[in-house]
Amino acid sequence: MLTFLLKRFIQALMVVVAISVVGFLLQGALGDPIQQLLGASASDAERAALREAMGLNDPLWRQYLHFACSALQLDFGDSTFFHQPTLSILARYLPATAELIFASAVLTLLLSFPIGIYAAIRPTAALSRFFMGVSVLGISIPVFLTAIGLIQFFSIGVSVTLFPDATPWGHWLNDLLSTRGGMPAYGRGNPEHVIGVWYTNFASWKGLSYIALPALSLASVMLPLFVRLIRAEMVEILASDYVRFARAKGLTPARIYTVHALKNALLPVITLGGMQFGSLLAYTLLTETVFQWPGLGLMFLDAVERADMPLITTCLMVAGFFFVVINTLIDLTYRLLNPRIALQMEPR
Amino acid sequence: MMLSARTWRQQVRNSRLWYRLRRDRVAQCALLLVVVLVGAALLAPWLAPSNPYDLAQINLLDSELPPFWVAGSVSAHPLGTDVQGRDLLSIIVYGARVSLAIGFGAVLLQAFVGISLGLLAGYRGGRVDALLMRLADIQLSFSTLMMAILVSALVKAAFGGAFYGNYGVIVLIFIIGLSEWPQYARTVRASVLGEKRKEYVEAARVLGFSGPRIVLRHILPNALSSSLVISTLQIGNAIMAEAALSFLGLGMPETEPSLGSLIKAGFDYLQSGAWWITLLPGLYLVGLIVSMNLLGDWLRDTLNPRFYDAIASNAAGSRQRRRR
Repeated sequence: MLTFLLKRFIQALMVVVAISVVGFLLQGALGDPIQQLLGASASDAERAALREAMGLNDPLWRQYLHFACSALQLDFGDSTFFHQPTLSILARYLPATAELIFASAVLTLLLSFPIGIYAAIRPTAALSRFFMGVSVLGISIPVFLTAIGLIQFFSIGVSVTLFPDATPWGHWLNDLLSTRGGMPAYGRGNPEHVIGVWYTNFASWKGLSYIALPALSLASVMLPLFVRLIRAEMVEILASDYVRFARAKGLTPARIYTVHALKNALLPVITLGGMQFGSLLAYTLLTETVFQWPGLGLMFLDAVERADMPLITTCLMVAGFFFVVINTLIDLTYRLLNPRIALQMEPR
Repeated sequence: MMLSARTWRQQVRNSRLWYRLRRDRVAQCALLLVVVLVGAALLAPWLAPSNPYDLAQINLLDSELPPFWVAGSVSAHPLGTDVQGRDLLSIIVYGARVSLAIGFGAVLLQAFVGISLGLLAGYRGGRVDALLMRLADIQLSFSTLMMAILVSALVKAAFGGAFYGNYGVIVLIFIIGLSEWPQYARTVRASVLGEKRKEYVEAARVLGFSGPRIVLRHILPNALSSSLVISTLQIGNAIMAEAALSFLGLGMPETEPSLGSLIKAGFDYLQSGAWWITLLPGLYLVGLIVSMNLLGDWLRDTLNPRFYDAIASNAAGSRQRRRR
């Protein structure tokens, strides 16, 4: 176990170093810091002096060491647009993104387990076929289209005049199919202040109404993935020998489903959940763009628009770092939760 | 050898594919939808009422006309017009051409890169294999879409928006193509590992053929089918990735719009009530992706029943490798 831990740690470290090298090279290759600091009117002598003072004439490995040392001290340089340390800017935009992801994660977990388990227990029921069909659609529809659809239906509203409005039943059907709209579809509103840079949308009904549509569209991509995975795992486990034995022993179905089957189905779900971290970031970026949600994704795209290289590379490195940490943690939990893997590997 | 039309038809009729297609209603619908949507894009110059790239055919006074089933529509523009007065039907089919071109190009590129690296990893084994598959693992877990977004953001920050105006299609093909290579590499590697142990490879080696020749002439033809089967799914993925990038403003410019940039352009006018500018291209995109995914799933299951086994053993293999 110890050798495994060590190996995994070294591997993670190597990936982090590789990411930092990429970040360093990008910062050096794209955009000239002298140009950005001094402007176009500076003389050549001034430029050369600053270049020497900033250490830009040093060999590349020396510059990298300098870069890595300050990165270890959490100093990634200043944004060329905000003129503030990049990490503090990231911290300012983090709560909005974190709340969005949290809200959609709650939605996903609350819905995916009941639906996935039901679809596994009753695979032929009309309701589970419906859920599985919807999940195929959900995977195929790009998240920004779901978001646009949600805005059209719940923010702008749709008035259906398909049926004759003069008759009572036609009026009733039209009313049933129409939506009133009125949900906010832009930004965070006025979130309540909690502490430091943290403003929350969860403290009032108004705040919740602002986060509802973004969270729903983000959940619309994660939900089908999890429903399908939970269902597939449960189906496989319910067909296994030990579940059959538990049934023969006369245990109640509820106990079999929750204690025996679900516990073992959780493992791949955790793995997949972690593996989806990258996709989750991408989907968050898209969702934030549609709803102009003032989070990290929107800030990143703005930074790209302004060619703010220090901010871009910081985003890149922080995302890469989190990704490595999460992947390593998943590997570790996987091993802790499933002793069989450890047993298989030990004799090698 | 030329097959006469009759025997060719008989061959099609007797094939397993045709048999399965006739029995599967969902696959039929998906195929029909793919043919209609792709056909409309291919035939765009003849099908579209006007040429959206020709400024002489655009009248700004026609802007934001609704589609035909909404009051106030004009028969010359069956699906209405966008803000610039471009005919929506025309610009959708022309935009679909751009999207499809990028999708196909990206899949060709990723198939080439992925199959080459997969062959290398599978045949060489050892360190090369471990390194390449670890790279594939990392790239897959970082999510191909996120990778594409990051790379295109960097390209845009480095070269500016004008660069995309000129070379958008090529840049997007490269970005999407290179970010998705692990899919092909993994499948090819799995089948190469299976083929490598077979006797005909042994025989070729005994005959003294060189490594590259054995790989390209003997193993590749046998390892190819399993990877080509995923191509339909990959095209759907690539089109979706392109749409996402364009929607973020990291893709095709509005002067040569793909489906994604049409949706992005129309989204700004959603609040003013002109929903069709964004939702109709969106509908086309969803139809294209859903039908391609359904067709791809069906093809995969039909052509290669062992495919799931290969994938499963492959996944297990890579999982073990990671924990070694």
